[in-house]
Amino acid sequence: MPKLPLEGIRVLDITVVWAGPYCTQFLGDLGAEVIRIESLNTFVPLGRGPMAHPTEETLREMAPWTGGTPDRQPGARPWNRYPIFNAHARNKLGMTLDFLRPGGMDIFKRLVKISDVLVENNPTETMERLGISYQLLQEQNPGIIMLRMPAYGNDGAYQNHRAYGLHIEGVIGHTLQRGYADMDPSANTSVLMSDAAAGTQGAFAVMAALHHRKRTGKGQLIELSQAENTMSFLGQSFMDHSMNGRNATTLGNRHPHAVQGCYPCKGEDRWVTITIFDDVDWSAFTQALGNPDWCREDKFSDPISRYRHHDNLDRYISQWTKLLDANEVMQLLQNAGVAAGPVMDQRDAYADPHLNQREFFEEVHQEDTGTHLYPGMAYKMSETPIKTRRGPVRLGEDNEYVYKTLLNCTDEEYSDLEAQGHIGMDYPEEMP
Amino acid sequence: MPDLALGDVKVLDFTNLVAGPYCTKLLADYGADVIKVEIPGLGDGARRLGPFPGDVPHREKSGLFLHLNTNKQSITLDLKTEAAGSVIKELVKESDIVVESFRPGTMAQLGLGYESLRSINPTLVMTSISNFGQTGPYRDYRLTDVMVYGMGGEMYSTGIAEREPVKLGVNVLLYQAGATASVATMGALFAAREQGIGQHVDVSIMETQAGSIDRRMSTLIGFQYTGEITGRNPLGGGAGYPFGATPCSDGYFEVSAGRGYFPRAVKMLGSPAELDDPKWHAPGAQMDMELKQEFDTMLMIWSLERTKSEAWAIAQESRVLSAPLNTMGDLAADPEFNRRGAFVEIEHPVAGTLKYPARPFIMNDSPWSIRRPAPLLGEHNAEVLSRLGYRAEDVVRLRQQGVI
Repeated sequence: MPKLPLEGIRVLDITVVWAGPYCTQFLGDLGAEVIRIESLNTFVPLGRGPMAHPTEETLREMAPWTGGTPDRQPGARPWNRYPIFNAHARNKLGMTLDFLRPGGMDIFKRLVKISDVLVENNPTETMERLGISYQLLQEQNPGIIMLRMPAYGNDGAYQNHRAYGLHIEGVIGHTLQRGYADMDPSANTSVLMSDAAAGTQGAFAVMAALHHRKRTGKGQLIELSQAENTMSFLGQSFMDHSMNGRNATTLGNRHPHAVQGCYPCKGEDRWVTITIFDDVDWSAFTQALGNPDWCREDKFSDPISRYRHHDNLDRYISQWTKLLDANEVMQLLQNAGVAAGPVMDQRDAYADPHLNQREFFEEVHQEDTGTHLYPGMAYKMSETPIKTRRGPVRLGEDNEYVYKTLLNCTDEEYSDLEAQGHIGMDYPEEMP
Repeated sequence: MPDLALGDVKVLDFTNLVAGPYCTKLLADYGADVIKVEIPGLGDGARRLGPFPGDVPHREKSGLFLHLNTNKQSITLDLKTEAAGSVIKELVKESDIVVESFRPGTMAQLGLGYESLRSINPTLVMTSISNFGQTGPYRDYRLTDVMVYGMGGEMYSTGIAEREPVKLGVNVLLYQAGATASVATMGALFAAREQGIGQHVDVSIMETQAGSIDRRMSTLIGFQYTGEITGRNPLGGGAGYPFGATPCSDGYFEVSAGRGYFPRAVKMLGSPAELDDPKWHAPGAQMDMELKQEFDTMLMIWSLERTKSEAWAIAQESRVLSAPLNTMGDLAADPEFNRRGAFVEIEHPVAGTLKYPARPFIMNDSPWSIRRPAPLLGEHNAEVLSRLGYRAEDVVRLRQQGVI
């Protein structure tokens, strides 16, 4: 039985919110021993969820994807039950440690000595306040790899600027390039693409550094500015500005030259997207529709003319899609060779025959949450298959292993650390 | 010559358009030796997509292609010919990684399926990037970027309840797919180097979204836990004010300072006396639509007197989560990002010198670097073939036969 690719690599994880935890989840999926370090005495907003001790009433007000705990119940330990956290918490170990309490930094340094990688994504000044720097890590362990993931950078005017992904999207120019073409950006939904980009490319960065270390024996410091990291994704618009001085704006759901849209289907709030590139697509499309009269109108006779009469064409397409189920539209058009697919809500995704046949969802048990079907891996490997080996990590659930087995703490030391508020599985009751 | 992180990694690249080339760009920009195989006379489809200078199409001047193919070498091969097959097999022997983005089954039809390549090089990593993966009922379906978001991602909850769901900008999700493929490929490279295991990596672009932290995994788990669907909020609803974009003297500025962060927004506005009124600080005040309207008006009066970057600076002094909504021009001119080296000027023999996005992240001891601009179509034919032992007259013959 082959080992997982990163077996034997130990990663210390002091990340918060999304970008950092998504990075370490990739490393954990590939077999690294990821140790998530959290403090019992601080509750990071949107970290382990919206609140440590919500009432049933406040829980009910929260969106399903943030505060939607199982059956909307807080349970004994709500912080282990939030979707917003459990989406990036598989394949990790959990320990608790408070850097600000006596003895905290000492424990941390002992951990650094026996680890390969540390990942963090805090504001620059937070790390300075804690006294955690690459130099400090290197003093403990010269071969350490440190990945820092600030929003904008660890130096300069923006180093302490506060941001979620949606703000980074604004700064790098994505926000003005998405949303409805006929409405101003106040109608835009918050999207967090830069969190996904940072988590993913952060994992790539760590592996590139590990690869380099194997050859040279040297660790290193990596600085991933979440803003800079995502700029490449807008390369097409950036290059258009470089070449032509143009500032890209949103096209809504339209394509720069194909006919494309999101059309209503049978049922409430059901939608399908369709793209028709060229004459081959058009003739396949019209045939699939049974060649209705409007398809033969002159204004739809060639791609340029169709694009010029896009609004008109959209009305005809909508009249047809409205009578059908979104999946029917997909099958009819895809079988004819035309690109079309439903806009899937979350129920649709769980019911989707394709995702299910590919075994995308995995049944996972976690003690404080029960057994559920979770979204699985974003890719598949033939010889070292990756899967969820452990469910979403619970606060402090591996304290014994980390303190006693890895750090050789005696029972007495362990109970001292417990008394000092370092070790535990519960936030203090007075924490909101 | 700086020490490059992936300086000892060789990649044979059969990818096209955006997702695959972005994956191999990441490998190439951090040091891998990437040979890109293109169709003779035609090349990568991205060469035919813009932007082009002055909107005049030219296969060596596509901004998309130039951006996605830095540091790669290009050879042209008609993969349907036997002669091309033997060149490929020699290249596979010396490669660590093959990345391809053909329709599933195409590589096998060309005699280049994973099983045949593995018989030439048992520790080979082959990464296949496709619309829906190598298996499953949608395997042969077409996919466009709006569909990636609609089927795989969180399009259903993007937009407002009064309207249709709306996609993200340009083709950003195809980049995310390429980035995910780079993680998968590096993982497989570790297994190859450490354990001598070659393997086939299957990247479904749909699943790179279904497994994405950009809300999809959370909304899926939220549904699983509660049976509730995450949909689109009505215009202006969903979050406590102030939230979202507000107009400035030169564009828009975005703030998120609802609920617990509200005092920061008050400070940002200079703590005006009218915000001392207890009505602003009562429980639930942040969700009161009338108060929202009143506050938004005050905010707009404040923001319209300022540029978006002035507003951002003041907001950040009060630690308000906020951002200017920049255009590409604003971004390219930003003094901080320029000072930090977020952009790079690259000289290209046909397209000239242009400003590009630079490194995604800074590796202090094995830096990102531009060693060569995106290749001309078939630029490295002679160089690569001669390295493989082909003589000059063989290259002439292959050219005459239309193989290269």
